[in-house]
Amino acid sequence: MRHLSTGVLIIGAGGAGMYAAIEAARLGADVLLVDRSLIGRGGATVMAQMTVAAAVGPAGSDHWTHHLADTLAAGRGLCDPALARLLCEDGVEVIREMDSWRVGWARDGAEFRSVQAPGHDRARCVYVDFLSTGPAVSKTLRAVVQRTPGITRIGDVLVTDLVMGDGAVTGAVGTHIETGEVLTIAARATIIATGGLTRLYRRNSASANMGGDGYALALRAGAELIDMEFVQFFPIGHLAPRLIGMDPIMWDPFRYKLGGRLLNGLGEAFVDRYGSTDDGKYVITRDLATYAITKEVEAGRGSPHGGAWLSFRHIAPEALREAFGPVIGKLAAAGIDLGRDDIEVAPIAHYHMGGIRVDTAMATGVPGLFAAGEAVGGANGANRLSGNAITEALAFGRAAGRSAAGFAGGSGFRADEAVGLAGAEGPACDTAALFVRLQAVMADYVGPFRTAAGLAMALEAVLGLRAEIGAAPPGRPGPYDLARVDWFDLRQALLVAECVIVAASVRCESRGAHQREDYPSMDEAWRLNQVLRLADGALTVTRRAVAA
Amino acid sequence: MSEVAVLVIERGGQAERFEVAFEAGQSVLDGLRLIRATVDPGLAFRYSCLNANACKECMMVLDGKVIYACTARLEAREMRLGPLPNKALVRDLVTAIAPPDERL
Repeated sequence: MRHLSTGVLIIGAGGAGMYAAIEAARLGADVLLVDRSLIGRGGATVMAQMTVAAAVGPAGSDHWTHHLADTLAAGRGLCDPALARLLCEDGVEVIREMDSWRVGWARDGAEFRSVQAPGHDRARCVYVDFLSTGPAVSKTLRAVVQRTPGITRIGDVLVTDLVMGDGAVTGAVGTHIETGEVLTIAARATIIATGGLTRLYRRNSASANMGGDGYALALRAGAELIDMEFVQFFPIGHLAPRLIGMDPIMWDPFRYKLGGRLLNGLGEAFVDRYGSTDDGKYVITRDLATYAITKEVEAGRGSPHGGAWLSFRHIAPEALREAFGPVIGKLAAAGIDLGRDDIEVAPIAHYHMGGIRVDTAMATGVPGLFAAGEAVGGANGANRLSGNAITEALAFGRAAGRSAAGFAGGSGFRADEAVGLAGAEGPACDTAALFVRLQAVMADYVGPFRTAAGLAMALEAVLGLRAEIGAAPPGRPGPYDLARVDWFDLRQALLVAECVIVAASVRCESRGAHQREDYPSMDEAWRLNQVLRLADGALTVTRRAVAA
Repeated sequence: MSEVAVLVIERGGQAERFEVAFEAGQSVLDGLRLIRATVDPGLAFRYSCLNANACKECMMVLDGKVIYACTARLEAREMRLGPLPNKALVRDLVTAIAPPDERL
């Protein structure tokens, strides 16, 4: 067993965690940045090929208050306005600071080049060409982290539990994946920046480490989770033909630029049947597009693999080449010629609006525990506006880093139980297969469209899986034991799945990303947030009025 | 007709043989993940981003050449996989590829 000690412990080295590390370190804190993957390589930020929303246009052309209005409207009445404001207002500063760090935002002369993504009232989304936004953001932050004094970075660290002292979080326990060694980490303040939960679903756009573990860490430490029922599905994730080496949500920016057409299995345009239009301008919102595609498939009018066709065949070859740039060559290598072939798309789990409940200092209710990025719930309400995820990661990361650096620290370090579990030896368990089963349950019953009966089946299945994994990880600690890693992931993922299912079961209305087929309308009486807590091993749900 | 890819994987000096069904266009990483889900959850390899070639963690050796498992295509033949030869072996296909100052 190895013991480490730091001022600020940051769990997760994506956009939020790295920005938090930079901010805490330049305020003088001693920072330990850990990630279960390699530093700056895992998580969602590096995968983001899309655009980043912030009111950074030339003076007079935009203002963060307009961005805020769009964010609140997209959130269907459930956003925490203070968190949404922080995202939009501080978003401007962090996007400019990223520019000063030479991230390489595309430009027109002196100004940032921007596009108008769905749900925005004007062009507000900056990007790095071509499809390089996330990798460029990650690489830039990684370089700044490396040259900022005071930041220690350690990869291959899977945090399994937070450690409580006298009413405060005073560190963490984990396993060093590469060696299997158990780790204890004492910290004055801890920031959870572990991202979302999209790995709980069969088809998702995130990396393998987005299993919701940060939510479970926070919940077990006594923090509250909010809006857990709201999982955003990205309507036109790549479905077929199998395309490797590309982000499955890559088609979206090209739809903005070119106006790709969505067609059902019969080759018919169908979006207008669901109250939107699709006349080449791409104005349909994500939740409505997901609904339209799902309903066409249910009606037997899906594409061969169970989605819809996306067609660029009406676009002139020169325009295709200009918009797709080097991507055309990658597609050709996969046998796809967009002048000739349509591709199949379908909704995939993309982002989680819910998460750890925090104030604008990114403080949870538990002293010493902060959160940042997608791990935080509340800013995006029932539906996230396109382009807000990276902005949220950066702005909230900076805020969390500042707060954690200023936190005095708690006392006590009660780690015995967590250390015992991290080093426990249990019977063999087919954990990889169990995780696949969990993904199937969530996709089949807790996807974008839910019913009371389906959610009840999902809850029963999740409780059954919990019984199957038992009380201890399989085998004994050893180097890179993925069966054990999956066990620790399942332990957290099953708790988080239960949170999503319970919150979705109680909310008897349809709003944003949560659509109940048995309650198809939005109900004004449900303009409420649901907050979950874990007390004595039992999950409780309470309703709170939306923050003013 | 269902075709089969045969992955012969070097595990601690021993070659172990796995047969996986595949669909045209799949990656070597798809095959490895299928082995974990259906045969051996203990098979060790690094990956994070699944198939976007963004995390660059899934480097290994295929038939003597260094590849990313997420972009190398699975084929209906015998394919030999091993860990990177110039890095310290951790387990199976996993090597110590983190920069020295980012290790425990």
